[in-house]
Amino acid sequence: MSGLPGLYNDFIAIFLMMAGFYVVIAQGNLVKKLVGLGLFQTSVFIFYISMGKVAGGHAPILTDGVTLYSNPLPHVLILTAIVVGVATTAVGLALVVRINEAYGSVEEEEIQAKDRAAEQPRVVDDESTDRGSDS
Amino acid sequence: MLLGFLVLIALAAIRLHDLFAVVMLFGVYSLMTAALFMDLDAVDVAFTEAAVGAGVTTVLMLSSLRLTGRWEQRSKHSPLVPLIVVGVTGAALIYGTLDAPLLGDPNAPVHQHVAPRYIEQGAAEVGMPNMVTAVLASYRGYDTFGETVVIFTAGLAVLLLLGIQENPEAKPGRAAIGDQLVLRVVVKMLIPLILLYALYVQFHGDYGAGGGFQAGVIFATGFVLYDLVFGEGNARLVVPPRWLHRLAALGVLIYGGVGLVSLLDGKAFLDYSVLSHDPVHGQHLGVLLVELGVGITVFSVILAIFYALSGRRRVS
Repeated sequence: MSGLPGLYNDFIAIFLMMAGFYVVIAQGNLVKKLVGLGLFQTSVFIFYISMGKVAGGHAPILTDGVTLYSNPLPHVLILTAIVVGVATTAVGLALVVRINEAYGSVEEEEIQAKDRAAEQPRVVDDESTDRGSDS
Repeated sequence: MLLGFLVLIALAAIRLHDLFAVVMLFGVYSLMTAALFMDLDAVDVAFTEAAVGAGVTTVLMLSSLRLTGRWEQRSKHSPLVPLIVVGVTGAALIYGTLDAPLLGDPNAPVHQHVAPRYIEQGAAEVGMPNMVTAVLASYRGYDTFGETVVIFTAGLAVLLLLGIQENPEAKPGRAAIGDQLVLRVVVKMLIPLILLYALYVQFHGDYGAGGGFQAGVIFATGFVLYDLVFGEGNARLVVPPRWLHRLAALGVLIYGGVGLVSLLDGKAFLDYSVLSHDPVHGQHLGVLLVELGVGITVFSVILAIFYALSGRRRVS
């Protein structure tokens, strides 16, 4: 990457972050939203790791004859963040699975439509509203 | 170059409506990110990302796709407003990076604060060549303790939401992906190596790349692979689900216990130098125990999550 301008990594990280952000706010499928969140998360990882790089440095494991190392601190932060990330993603997936069981759908629009239908004042109680699915 | 591929994959993931393809692309994306981290000298991180992002996350997402359905509906909303929001935010962030330090600049502020001490004194104070492990388990032991507890809590949350169901339809021996002879033979040879490698990563983390987080994930991957290829429910015969709650708690308990021991010996919480007569030796012992706790918790939480998602029957 030496020939490229030094801010290239930052720009790509921002692009990926915005791609993830777009998926989260614009697309309705909940599983896809979680993938978008994953994209967002990885972009932060790339940003941090790029920050820790020192030109000409080595991986931060002590080796004879090497004096210049990359910064170990961002590596530590991101290493733990990755594993925490998979655990929290799994909580998200579990919620999606439960939502699917309760609503029969993982599309945001359908879920909202069902919620609205359930909140309507029920004048003709038995016929106009269909609340059988979530019991 | 790699970054360019990442952009392409991200764009494809936005466009596609086949969630199966999106999840697989996301796995490829994670693997490439791992290659990128390797290039940026972050060997430990690359390792973790390859095991977690490309391995575990993909399996977990596919397990939930099985429960929720493969195809995404096209949105009826216009993408214009989100695009404007994203564009404005992105432009603001780009503006913010314009005076940021360039890639690889040794004088960047991030390299001035505590990092020189970790690099120069780490060997003398903690006594292990892998600085990442030294910082993770010793200098920033509080952080890591907190993160272990977060992982434990996330595992609890998944178990509370889904629980681990007994699946009466799944007979041990019936493979989730059909009967694939080549796969069976290859996997049978690979699993012992994977488990052995995980143990190596666990106990050699002081010297080379690795540590409890990676080892826990890799160990869990071995069981996940076994379950996928040799039939649903087979892994449960080896590691019953009811062990996993206790193992996860045990890991956190080991970590906290090491902290308490050093507290009772008159030093600060998680100051390992009191664990032995020689402070550096004490640090070594402390880091080893703490990493063991992390490894046990991560392994059991990942496996419990996999059981919870893969064992659930589809409600239709």
